[in-house]
Amino acid sequence: MSNSKPDELSQINYMPPDEDWMDTAVHMKKGMYCHGANENSLKTVGFPNPRQWSSSETNWKLPENWQEIVIKGMAERLEKYRSFHIFMDICVRCGACADKCHFFLGTGDPKNMPVLRAELLRSIYRREFTKAGRILGRFAGARELTEEVLKEWWYYFFQCTECRRCSVFCPYGIDTAEITMIARELLNLLGLNIEWIAGPVANCYMKGNHLGLEPHTIKSSMEFLVDEIEELTGVKVEPTFNRKGAEILFVTPSGDLFADPGTYTCMGYLMLFHELGLDYTWSTYASEGGNFGSFTSNEMGKRLNSKIYAEAKRLGVKWILGGECGHMWRVLNQYMDTWNGPADFLEAPVSPITGTKFENAASTKMVHISEFTADLLKHDRLEIDPSRNDHYKVTYHDSCNTSRGMGLLEEPRYIINKVCKNFFEMPENTIREKTFCCGSGSGLNASENMELRLRGGFPRANAVKYVHNKFGVDMLACICAIDRAALTSLMDYWVPGVRVIGVTELLANAMKMKGENDRQTDLRGDPLAGADDGEAKEDSEDA
Amino acid sequence: MKLHDILVKESSNILNGWYSLILKTYHPDSEVFLAKKNDPFANPIGHNISVSIKGILEELLNNMVQERIVGLLNDIIRIKAVQDSNPSDAISLLFLLKQTLRDATKGYIEGEQLFRELLAFEDKIDRLTLLSFDIFMKCREDIFNIKVNEIRRGAFMFTKRAKVEDDKL
Repeated sequence: MSNSKPDELSQINYMPPDEDWMDTAVHMKKGMYCHGANENSLKTVGFPNPRQWSSSETNWKLPENWQEIVIKGMAERLEKYRSFHIFMDICVRCGACADKCHFFLGTGDPKNMPVLRAELLRSIYRREFTKAGRILGRFAGARELTEEVLKEWWYYFFQCTECRRCSVFCPYGIDTAEITMIARELLNLLGLNIEWIAGPVANCYMKGNHLGLEPHTIKSSMEFLVDEIEELTGVKVEPTFNRKGAEILFVTPSGDLFADPGTYTCMGYLMLFHELGLDYTWSTYASEGGNFGSFTSNEMGKRLNSKIYAEAKRLGVKWILGGECGHMWRVLNQYMDTWNGPADFLEAPVSPITGTKFENAASTKMVHISEFTADLLKHDRLEIDPSRNDHYKVTYHDSCNTSRGMGLLEEPRYIINKVCKNFFEMPENTIREKTFCCGSGSGLNASENMELRLRGGFPRANAVKYVHNKFGVDMLACICAIDRAALTSLMDYWVPGVRVIGVTELLANAMKMKGENDRQTDLRGDPLAGADDGEAKEDSEDA
Repeated sequence: MKLHDILVKESSNILNGWYSLILKTYHPDSEVFLAKKNDPFANPIGHNISVSIKGILEELLNNMVQERIVGLLNDIIRIKAVQDSNPSDAISLLFLLKQTLRDATKGYIEGEQLFRELLAFEDKIDRLTLLSFDIFMKCREDIFNIKVNEIRRGAFMFTKRAKVEDDKL
């Protein structure tokens, strides 16, 4: 606008041009995309075409034969994944998915309609792999693969969080998330990843977790949390690390060990396991439940996932318990068994406290913490005082991956209803299978793309705002580490006054531990209802 | 007839016209979906915009209460502040109200008195435009703060442990 002449300035038009999507060139807006992957991150895991490049520059330094690489990659995947081939062919563009995507609902950009996002890829599929597309070209919805198209792919396939809400509404069952996965694989062949994903993948490959925490750091972080718990409750919990012969291996996202408010959920795990006297161990090698590899390629997801079974085997545990995470559970529930199973060296999980056999995990040998905890509460194996959460009015956000990816809908709600008295559901079409994404999943929780995240998270925030205004809800519970980080930012922008909490943190607030002192505060240092405030509150503010 | 009475009489047309112009700032393919206002959760942008502009027009037609008007503008500008990179695009919706008003009152404005009343009414809209710019800037500052706070939270254990060590000294 600064270059406009006076006569142009008097003719400002706010309306976008009405033109076909194929004619609308991609306009990369700052705040909507992440930094490109660093050369070293790609080299660490042996990804192809590593180089320093910047998405904001015109020249992306593509290899000379980049088109050939993409088309060959597409052909291989059409051959390998029957689902991908079908998804390319069967869409009738009915539009049922169009307004179900949180990114479309938050941006109003038609290329964020799942159908159109998929069309970005389908148009090339038609041109290269169908007779009609080759002969009729644009009339058959086909187009040439140009550098502009490639940039459009990169821009929009990193504006999909693979949440699968659209697939719930698709009458043909097309899983748009899988289309995004393939598109990202193709981009990855050209070294066109984002650093927020590639960096954690490299860290995880070298150190065992996304944050790159080394064993001594994990141990000292945990010791710090142990001290916090002792100060709070008077109870000294004693976690073990890499202990051979333990009955259970516990795996959770590394974010819980280091980032606020995930650390409180981590304290919750430590307190719960201590209270039960569980024979379990942490691992400083299988120290990441999450799997950013699955956001780059199927093969990389498999490579990063393999450490979990390998470590379980090395330590000789009987089964594996997993913490609160979103995509970690999609991977564990849907892919781990075929990637790295069968885990026939493990036993079908049985709760040592209640004797419940987790039939649903008989194959993967891995149980979700909410399943494990709900079972404990069902059998009255914990002393719970729900009034300790009276200072909160709680609602619950279903993580896309645990709800749509594994059907875990009731257990977290069962726990919340047992451990707190003020629980309010958000509207029906925003929860359970129809839950709205946090807007930051599938490796998009960077900070340079904050506008994108805030737009994408708007439908979720809009539903939280409704229960905040109607019932005074001030705490958003969830069972996902990325949610805990991302929803906090989302609330700060759209619904100030609402904080985010892990379900296990809520549980630990309400759980009466054997030998505990007269607890005055919750895990965050906020005074419990009826407790004397003052000193406790000051501590909380310092934190 | 006073301008106020004309505007009250035409308020439904003005609202529909204004809403439709705002939707036209989105791509035509998206406009169809955003025009559906019946479910606040299936169409949060459309719903929030329609509720806010209805409130804004009511405030303009009555005594504008600062707190209420800021709240209504905030609901709509907060959305635009993450959707549009240019402040001018984000606050353009109030200029669209002017356009709608002029169209809706075209057949009524004959005498000088009504014209003066219209100018005075447009002055009120100009004040809202200035308020909107303040809100837009506040939203942008919020975004920067959110980015910083998120980085801080990511290093929570570092800072918390450093503080504990520091207190020991």
